[in-house]
Amino acid sequence: MGGFLLRKVGAALIVLVLASMLVFVGVRAIPGDPAIALGAENRDPAVLAAVRHKYGLDKPLPVQYLNWISLAVRGDLGRDQRQLSVSQTIVQRLPITLELAGLAILIGSAIGITAGVIAAVRRGKPTDYAATSVALVGLSVPHFWLGIVMIIYFAVKLNWLPAGGYVPFGQDPIQNLEHMLMPAIVLGTGLSAVLMRQMRSSMLGALGADYVRTARAKGLSEWAVVGKHALRNSLITVTTVLGLQLGALISGAVITEQIFVIPGFGRLTIDAVNQRDYTLLQGVVLVAAAGYVIVNLLVDVVYSFLNPRIRVAGARR
Amino acid sequence: MSYVDAAAVAINPRARRRRLLRKRFLRRPLAVAGLVVALTFILVAIFAPWIAPYSPDATDFNATLAPPFTPGHLLGTDELGRDVLSRIIWGSRASIEAGVLSTALAFLIAVPIGIVAGYYRGWIDPVIARATDVLLAFPFLILAVGLAAILGPSLMNATIALGLGAVPAVIRVARGEALALREEDYVRAAVANGAGDVAILGRHVLPNMSSTLIVQATLIIPAAIIGEAVLSFLGLGVQPPTPSWGVMLADAQSYVSQAPRLAIFPGLAIFFCSLSFNLLGDGLRDVLDPRTTR
Amino acid sequence: MSLLEVHDLSVRFDTDDGSVHAVDGLSFSLEDGEVLGVVGESGCGKSVSAMSLLQLLPETAHVTGGAQFDGLDLISAPKSKLRDIRGRRIAFVFQEPMTSLNPSFKIGNQLGEVLQRHLGLNRRQARTRAIELLDLVRIPAPKRRVEEYPHQLSGGMRQRVMIAIALACDPKILIADEPTTALDVTIQAGILDLMRDIRERLGTAIILITHNLGVVADIADRVIVMYAGRKVEEAPVHDLYASPQHPYTIGLLGAIPRPGAADEQGRLREIPGRVPSLAELPAACAFAPRCPRADDRTRSQKPELREVRPQHLVACFHPGVNGAVS
Repeated sequence: MGGFLLRKVGAALIVLVLASMLVFVGVRAIPGDPAIALGAENRDPAVLAAVRHKYGLDKPLPVQYLNWISLAVRGDLGRDQRQLSVSQTIVQRLPITLELAGLAILIGSAIGITAGVIAAVRRGKPTDYAATSVALVGLSVPHFWLGIVMIIYFAVKLNWLPAGGYVPFGQDPIQNLEHMLMPAIVLGTGLSAVLMRQMRSSMLGALGADYVRTARAKGLSEWAVVGKHALRNSLITVTTVLGLQLGALISGAVITEQIFVIPGFGRLTIDAVNQRDYTLLQGVVLVAAAGYVIVNLLVDVVYSFLNPRIRVAGARR
Repeated sequence: MSYVDAAAVAINPRARRRRLLRKRFLRRPLAVAGLVVALTFILVAIFAPWIAPYSPDATDFNATLAPPFTPGHLLGTDELGRDVLSRIIWGSRASIEAGVLSTALAFLIAVPIGIVAGYYRGWIDPVIARATDVLLAFPFLILAVGLAAILGPSLMNATIALGLGAVPAVIRVARGEALALREEDYVRAAVANGAGDVAILGRHVLPNMSSTLIVQATLIIPAAIIGEAVLSFLGLGVQPPTPSWGVMLADAQSYVSQAPRLAIFPGLAIFFCSLSFNLLGDGLRDVLDPRTTR
Repeated sequence: MSLLEVHDLSVRFDTDDGSVHAVDGLSFSLEDGEVLGVVGESGCGKSVSAMSLLQLLPETAHVTGGAQFDGLDLISAPKSKLRDIRGRRIAFVFQEPMTSLNPSFKIGNQLGEVLQRHLGLNRRQARTRAIELLDLVRIPAPKRRVEEYPHQLSGGMRQRVMIAIALACDPKILIADEPTTALDVTIQAGILDLMRDIRERLGTAIILITHNLGVVADIADRVIVMYAGRKVEEAPVHDLYASPQHPYTIGLLGAIPRPGAADEQGRLREIPGRVPSLAELPAACAFAPRCPRADDRTRSQKPELREVRPQHLVACFHPGVNGAVS
């Protein structure tokens, strides 16, 4: 297993490096002259030249990249348009998005996995059709619309929950959760739909597998057959899917934070794009990609723990 | 079935299979419903200029924010007096165009690349695989947003951005299929018999991938439709005055308390359009997967 | 009173493409300690019949008929009663040892399950007994194997583990569905030895399902031949091989490759034609299309089982080595 993990870490590092290059080049490709934005919209050529020199924008691209990346690995992502430290802004806002994502994962997994198991066990019966239909709806609903609709009903019409904004957990935990509830549900909906379908599919596969037939032939109760034998192998696949879904969660967070006006990491992306703040955008996208790569690595680790075939080397004797 | 029938049927297995698939598909009401609704949306998009009662930018400042069932405006009007129903009908063009064309673009680019990587392997496969991994490190929408920002806001650019954003995922699928198919006995037999690469890919590999690819396409289209709505919502896609469901939703946000229906109708349109393709895709997948039993 | 009496067992599957009649009116009985061989080609309904005895078939299967075991009808009994019998009084060994064990659990765990469920052993007792069972099926180093995962064992050893699981609670009947088909020939012999050993030492009755006539000759007391879901011949093993009555059986025996058995052109003898589709039950002899003795009668009437020699039943209008009763 050590070799397996080492290879995965190595691959992740390569991907990360290449991604950082892609981010760097990509941001540079956005039309518009960064010097104008950095120089507070002053278009005097002399001033622009000075600005470019100050920010090193007149150096060749590879040099700029190396400068940036060497600082980035030490945690310094530069300063944004308003001279605020990018790293600090990110560190401030990331936990908020992580909380949102965490709640969404909690809600999404709980609902999705349970629903998937039930649907698989009751395949073909009304419960299955109901669950599958709901999952399909959950997949097809544009979640930013769902957010708006929820605001309309729960905030504006019924006034049960706030329409947006954020209260730090340390300050007032109850209000914090009130503010996070709707966005987390919105984010979690798509996730639960995907997980439910994957779980149902995996469970159906497991329930049709030979080893489940053996388990039944042993006279084990249905609980043992489903809960022990089938579930164990299904969870392995579902974990992998969960990891892959995190990307969708990140992009979902971007829009959800926009709608619910939550000062999180996702909103930072949109602000950076709109303000043509390249330094900020570079930093944000790099962190997002890094986070995604790391999470996928973790998923691989968890998977190798769950799957004995990788954990213990097989041998034919 | 007597022996005579069995013999006759054995001679044309492909036609029989197609008939069988059609029969299985028609037995699934949800899939059929999905197909019908999806086709309806496509037709509405194509014939929008003839179907819509009003022009999408025809303003009427005497009838702003009119409720549904106002005479002449079945779904009411928006803040500028424009007929909501007409804007939704016209908006379908943006969604269908973006959804279908971007997916087609993605497949056009990604399938050949994926096949080359999966079938030929060699040195090109690791390169393509790594590059795909790097691109996949960015979530689909983030990639699309990034590309749209680079290209500039317009429907065409949004379509391209969405298409390119879907390329890495499709490469992965195509590569996986090609990889598996090249180990199939009939492919090896063809190689052993000296068949040319193009012939093998054309006659053995591609047709056997087609069902997976078709299913994938019908599932990417709804994601692209929602993607277009998102991009327009963020101001990175369709620019006013061109109508788009995403733009309508963005505008509706300011009128959430006065006229919530302005947000609900376009959202429902996106929802049903996306749902129909999902149902269709699911139905196709069930029908084409030989392992599914009722 | 036989140990197991199966009466008029029929199994029908409803699929997307219509109904498939996998088993049609099968009846047989099994005595204490007897080894019954069930032979036939793939798809003749032997596995399906066996699985129906423990209600192990999927929901799409409709089973009719009766199977009396110890005062209980296995076909109509509620699942809860059946669960007490499965693994305890009647045990099943499946064909595919590679996939029949759960890859995520240790061998000891999977063996212990049956012991804990049916005999109420605790973890430690179950582990001890598991090691004994692995020894019984002649797996070397059982203490180590108990802690290993299925993928660490070879196919032959996994099949032995399956047999150990089946024998754990000392069942009255062991149903072995093609236990050696997925294994190398050299391993096969070992498994068969093991089964013979088991029968002698434990007195377990065995229903051995296989398409390999050589295996049956080795170990069975009595043999049933199935074709297209029906029983076409039944006899004590020596009698079946010495004077087969049904043209299908004769064809099968003639098809066994052995020196001197080739036809005039040096080719293997085969039975012409293919197994019929099971979508319809012809009201005729199912073998007629391939039978050298077919006539109008066999094409329009279904032959019933008759005893043509002592203890030797055939469903045929023209039985016998030479077309007449011998």
